[in-house]
Amino acid sequence: MNNQERLGRTFSALVDPTRRAILARLERSDGASVSELAQPFAIHLPAVMKHLDVLADAGLVTRSKSGRTVTVRLRPQPMREAMDWLRRYERFWSNRLDRLAVYAEAKEAEARRKGR
Amino acid sequence: MTSLTLVRRIKARPSIVFDAVTTAEGIAQWWGPDAGPVLLAEADVRVGGRYRVRFGMLDGTEHESSGEYLELVRPERVAISWRWKGGQEDPGVSRVEIRLRAIPEGTELTFTHALLHDDDARRSHEHGWTGALNKLEAHFAGSTTTP
Repeated sequence: MNNQERLGRTFSALVDPTRRAILARLERSDGASVSELAQPFAIHLPAVMKHLDVLADAGLVTRSKSGRTVTVRLRPQPMREAMDWLRRYERFWSNRLDRLAVYAEAKEAEARRKGR
Repeated sequence: MTSLTLVRRIKARPSIVFDAVTTAEGIAQWWGPDAGPVLLAEADVRVGGRYRVRFGMLDGTEHESSGEYLELVRPERVAISWRWKGGQEDPGVSRVEIRLRAIPEGTELTFTHALLHDDDARRSHEHGWTGALNKLEAHFAGSTTTP
């Protein structure tokens, strides 16, 4: 998978509110079992398992099995790459949009002077 | 999947903002970095037409991005595909969209830069995963694997 595909996968995984809630829950603890993760949601365990599959495919969580318990942990690296992508473009475009605004406002003033 | 959204309020009417976004003359004025020059601005402004912009940075490096006009509705909306030439840091194509809405003081510009285009994803994005992301970011800022 190349960088772009990986980022796409991360963002897609983050789109769903249940998956974000699962990540937020994992953020507060050092790992949780699948049933602990399912507990706050009004959805069945298989649905939670599916969300965990998506998160694991995106590399956002890891699962480890010990006896009958599967422990899910947050994996920060893909999120960091996504944040880097966002920040880089945010800087790039903020700057340019500010200058676009200055330019357009000058054009507007010019049009008004000419009575248009 | 939409990933970056920025909003600006501009004291100019939408048609003027639209032209500033789409004409080569306009692009040359704002596309480059602060102190570096826009070295080349070409824009074949029609759906399917291509644009190409090259700019220089103060450190002497040159960068070029190019793509195609995907949507053009004057004075409301422009969408382009986006690719860095040689793009080591960000290979692949993404989509940039600028929407303009008339407001009493001029124009509200909504800018999005997306890796993939997906309306469901965008709706979800509008309901705010940025906030969730910010909270998670606090966690990662404290993570031991930070380089």
